[in-house]
Amino acid sequence: MTEIFAKTEVDRRTLLRRAAAVGLMATPAVGLLSACVGGGDDEPTTQSTGTKSADNPLGIDTKAGVEIVIFNGGLGTAYATDVDTPAFNKKWPDAKITYSATEQISTVIQPRINAGNPPDMINNSGSNLMDFGAIVKAGQAADLTDLFAAPSWDVAGKTVAETLVPGAVEQGTYDGKPFAMNYSYTVFGLWYNKKLFEKNSWTIPTTWADFTALCDKIKAAGITPFGYAGANASYYMVRALLTSAAKIGTEQALKDIDNLKPGAWTAEPIKQAAQAWGEIGNKYINKTFLGLKHTEVQLQQDQDKVAFYPCGSWLENEQAKDTPAGFEYAVCAFPSVTAADKLPATAINAAAGEIYFAAAKGKNPQGGKEYLRAMLSKEAALGFTKLTKSLTVVAGASDGQTISPGLTSANDMLTKAGQDVFVGYLFDTWYKKLDDESRGAVNDLMFKGGDAQKFCDRMEAASQAVAKDSSVTKFTRS
Amino acid sequence: MRHGKYPFIIGFLVVPVALYATFVVAAYLQTFQLSLTSWSGLGKIDYIGFDNFVKLWHDDVFWKSIKHNLFLLILLPIITIVIALVFAFLLNVGGGHKGGQTRGVWGSKVYRIIFFFPQLLALAIVAVIFGRVFGPDKSGMLNGLFPASWKPWLFLADERYAMACILIVLIWQAVGFYVVLFSAGMGSISTDIYEAAALDGATRITLFFRITVPLLWSTIQVAWVYLGIAAFDAFALVNIMTVDRGGPNGASSVLSLMIYRNAFDFSQAGYACALGVVLFFLTLTFAALTLRVTRRESVEA
Repeated sequence: MTEIFAKTEVDRRTLLRRAAAVGLMATPAVGLLSACVGGGDDEPTTQSTGTKSADNPLGIDTKAGVEIVIFNGGLGTAYATDVDTPAFNKKWPDAKITYSATEQISTVIQPRINAGNPPDMINNSGSNLMDFGAIVKAGQAADLTDLFAAPSWDVAGKTVAETLVPGAVEQGTYDGKPFAMNYSYTVFGLWYNKKLFEKNSWTIPTTWADFTALCDKIKAAGITPFGYAGANASYYMVRALLTSAAKIGTEQALKDIDNLKPGAWTAEPIKQAAQAWGEIGNKYINKTFLGLKHTEVQLQQDQDKVAFYPCGSWLENEQAKDTPAGFEYAVCAFPSVTAADKLPATAINAAAGEIYFAAAKGKNPQGGKEYLRAMLSKEAALGFTKLTKSLTVVAGASDGQTISPGLTSANDMLTKAGQDVFVGYLFDTWYKKLDDESRGAVNDLMFKGGDAQKFCDRMEAASQAVAKDSSVTKFTRS
Repeated sequence: MRHGKYPFIIGFLVVPVALYATFVVAAYLQTFQLSLTSWSGLGKIDYIGFDNFVKLWHDDVFWKSIKHNLFLLILLPIITIVIALVFAFLLNVGGGHKGGQTRGVWGSKVYRIIFFFPQLLALAIVAVIFGRVFGPDKSGMLNGLFPASWKPWLFLADERYAMACILIVLIWQAVGFYVVLFSAGMGSISTDIYEAAALDGATRITLFFRITVPLLWSTIQVAWVYLGIAAFDAFALVNIMTVDRGGPNGASSVLSLMIYRNAFDFSQAGYACALGVVLFFLTLTFAALTLRVTRRESVEA
């Protein structure tokens, strides 16, 4: 039975992929997606459950299989097949894990959700990810309250939530209930080649004046001081700009943006940050980067043609193949913009990312949650960090481990920041259309004249347009 | 043998008709239905009447996309057909008349294969290759060929040229196919006609305009419809090649890309369906108009 189902799915998926390749077909494809939408609203008749006990806090059926789908991207899939699944099966040898991986999460999973036949645990990531807000609103994600309240897999005396870094649960919370487990923990900052900076005795700037002075020096040395890829990674720049804004006016500035508050984008912190970065764009960026992709700019940095690159801590792993011997990744916090910044220069943006969720209408949602609990064990988290060179939301899982210079540097930055770590913004996942607008606007700011007012006005207009659009599901945070 | 005719025909038709009804007709009908909803792509479906079309009317990106599709619609068929006709003429008749046979220019057999090459490449590969050709720094092929003192051209990252770059790639890819199509058409023109005209002292240019083009008219007409429909598409190229998919600032957005992004990126499947409905009628209108306008001018061969 399952095999027959699997086969029809392949057909529909292939069809959709064809549709993506041939644009004219896009029209019928949208209709196809909905083909089974009526069925999606029905609860499946049987969902596996077992008896709750101290050993089995989520009450899973120990013999029921669990189907998981992993995004095959920058983090690879080995952590799932070599760490998480063995950990799960060590405890529950009779529960068979059905594993598959895909690069096209939305194309593969969305039709299955609409057909009422979703996998139990899904890793919603990558450029083709599903709009998670829409999934929550459609009641397709399982409430994870019981997971976070359950005892930790391998830390005695603590609940799962208590083993995580601050903000980890909140980030997957939609209107008061947790629906997503954001697993990897990403710290954002300015990345540079430690060896290059040591060779030229360039010191890391903490004020904006130091930053521009250093950029002048770097420029004089024939290196592009700062750059990012305009063609497909301008959201790295959006994050840089908004991180600066949060340092000027605290995270409240970003919360207002997320809450679509009128005037949020034209507020002083945003304007000052846009002004400062616009000048960097005017003076220090290479204008051709507007047409380049992230891999191309990152490669230029590996060749010491670009000094500073704003990015998250996945960068080192992503570039592992192209990093030459004389290159050592390090990261620093974005410098303070003004002397009156409300947060210190060491303050950073660090956020949980990579959504994993249990499907509410799958065959075994409790099994999916139990798999998440296994992933949140200290042991599995360390395994993940070793394999992917990414930190996880499991607090202190990789303390005392030397894994790579970039990761050590990121950990140092995190320690120095102390309490001044903020989650950042969520509007980019909540409102994809606003995210899209911010990419175009930041490109204009950085590559075409640095007009801060224009940036603010354009974003303000886009934000208010989203606020007025009744077809867009709204979220709020505090 | 008459009694076996209907089962025989039905046997042939049932599979394709069923497939067509399921995957095209039914899907289109559903698209029409969904265009009246605010469906996100998941879950509940609410009917909102014609709100999507009102929203569309006020959407800047929509009008930009229409403009870009029209730009392609006008230029792509004209340029492609002109180039393909000239090439096909040179390959078939351009060599003049020798020993009772018209022939192509020297080496035409080789050219014929070369012209067809682009057609064999998957569109995604073409897009990636041309992404490098139009690379905005010195590593890009064209910028690399320019003198070192020139400032690099941004090509796709420049709002003014982004659509032109897309047009060039579309033409490059299409020409080969239409050379073959027109060659086949020319092959069916009787050599007697050319011979007679040549005896009357017609030059190659006269042959082209007075004989080849009028006798090929129905083929050109088909080419026009095909190319026009291709101009309404252009999805793969725009999706892969352009800055921020359809950028910078919507400078290369086309309808098909808008549909895709609204449906799959912005979770506005209802709106995407409304766009789909618009595209459906535009394509249909174009095909009908082209066939009607060109019909009267066809020449009986």
